[in-house]
Amino acid sequence: METILTVTNLTKKFGSLIAVNDLSFTIEKGNVYGILGPNGSGKSTTLGIILNVVNKTTGEFHWFDGSSSTHQALKKVGAIIERPNFYPYMTAIQNLKLVCKIKEVSETKIEEKLELVGLLDRKHSKFRTYSLGMKQRLAIASALLNDPEILILDEPTNGLDPQGIHQIREIIKKIASQGTTILLASHLLDEVEKVCSHVVILRKGVKLYSGPVDSMLASHGFFELRSQQKEALLAFLRAHHSFTKIQETDNMITAFVNQELAAEELNKALFKEGIFLSHLVKRRESLEEQFLQLTKNQ
Amino acid sequence: MLRLLQIEFIKLWNNRASKVLITSYFLLLTSIALVAAIKFDIGPVKFHLAEIGIFNFPYIWHFNTFITAFFKLFLAIVIVSMMANEYSNKTIKQNLIDGLSKKEFILSKFLTVISFALVSTVFLFIVSLTLGLFYSDYNEWSIILSDLEFVLAFFMKLVGFFSFCLFLGILVKRSAFALGFLFIWQVLEGIIRGLIRWKLFDKDTTEIIMGFFPLQSMFNLIKEPFTRLEAVQTVADQVGEQIALNYQVHWYEVLIVMAWTAIFIYSSYALLKKRDL
Repeated sequence: METILTVTNLTKKFGSLIAVNDLSFTIEKGNVYGILGPNGSGKSTTLGIILNVVNKTTGEFHWFDGSSSTHQALKKVGAIIERPNFYPYMTAIQNLKLVCKIKEVSETKIEEKLELVGLLDRKHSKFRTYSLGMKQRLAIASALLNDPEILILDEPTNGLDPQGIHQIREIIKKIASQGTTILLASHLLDEVEKVCSHVVILRKGVKLYSGPVDSMLASHGFFELRSQQKEALLAFLRAHHSFTKIQETDNMITAFVNQELAAEELNKALFKEGIFLSHLVKRRESLEEQFLQLTKNQ
Repeated sequence: MLRLLQIEFIKLWNNRASKVLITSYFLLLTSIALVAAIKFDIGPVKFHLAEIGIFNFPYIWHFNTFITAFFKLFLAIVIVSMMANEYSNKTIKQNLIDGLSKKEFILSKFLTVISFALVSTVFLFIVSLTLGLFYSDYNEWSIILSDLEFVLAFFMKLVGFFSFCLFLGILVKRSAFALGFLFIWQVLEGIIRGLIRWKLFDKDTTEIIMGFFPLQSMFNLIKEPFTRLEAVQTVADQVGEQIALNYQVHWYEVLIVMAWTAIFIYSSYALLKKRDL
């Protein structure tokens, strides 16, 4: 697997405050990564460091195979952090031309990228006349101008209205489906859950977890069951060796499993026992539940 | 290098305020030619500025470089705001993220400063040459081409001053405050001069010390040209006053300004490097 970014023992101190503490992780090509953490957990600082705008205190990071300087590597990266920053007195086209000059790429892709984010009809409007959602979409277009190896987004939906949030998510999904590696920082867990395959979880600058979303907790999920024969069902579940914890909430029984158990198998076994279900769902904990559990344990 | 200049050009030329200021600056440079048209013709008093010798070679080099240097304030505003706006729009952050290195960023600004100074100098040279060819009493090439060090001094003066503005823009990050700082600095140099003169040294030593301060050193490059004018000297002779003539551009003055330029540009870079954006 091709490595895009390697971060080793990165630390950043602002005076006595440790914003990022001994952080290490790697980003592999082709995955969609989420950096998760509450506000002030060091997400933006970490991104600032790897993007050359914040100075690290100690530690190392390098882009790709580490053979080129950070600013050269950044030409192959597309990034938006916090707010979209453009020259307010220039039009979308003029701003993007400037970005092309900086990134040393040709200007031929400008129209194509503006179309992708749905701004083609406003390309000659000055940036300051844009709404926040449009500004954010222009920022995405700008980040894509060089067809980047990796797209970095920091809180891309912050401050947008539901429609704007939806548009941005659709764009991100479209980009991810084209095979671009994405690194998405957010404190909105459902946002990350919807698009990311891997996560790095931070709290107070310390890494709690990094790896695939699926193996965040050593959990095999749980069943939600409902039946007229509630007592029989409960007795069956308690006797079965796969279940660790059984909860009962208004007519719904939630049973956690400690090993792989397919829904069909459970259904079959219950049928044999003469227990008929009116409701059977197998679920995994949502990212939110997993995240809360993970941060609670520390 | 061309790429860095193009980047700055896009930023500047699309900004209406900068465009207006730059245009009016060059119009003003040209307007010095209009001085030639100043004519008083009030009955017995006949006065034609062009005819009292201010456009004579080589004096014109001295006179025009001294006068036009005051217009540099126009470009100072442009330079301070082109730097400070990068901070207030946070575009400096975006530029760096997009793959401009901090060194390239400062270099692009410095190259713009050099270009401004160079274009002004070439412009001034052409305007003065034209004016001189029209009005000068002496038109031999050897005379025309003498005293050209004033033109060089003009260039160094602009580069030094603009570098100072650039540094202030980075240091203060707000254009209005940076321009205010520039003004306060000017006053400060005046106060320091007063203090040194009052408590420490005699007039000559004070002048030497002041020559090391940034704004004074830039001013010293081109000394006031008026006492050099023949008409003024004739008057001085008549009242029995001897005017000591020391109007040349001295190499050590150029050196001091070059040193300040280097200090300002390097400090800008060091500041940018040290800061978290």
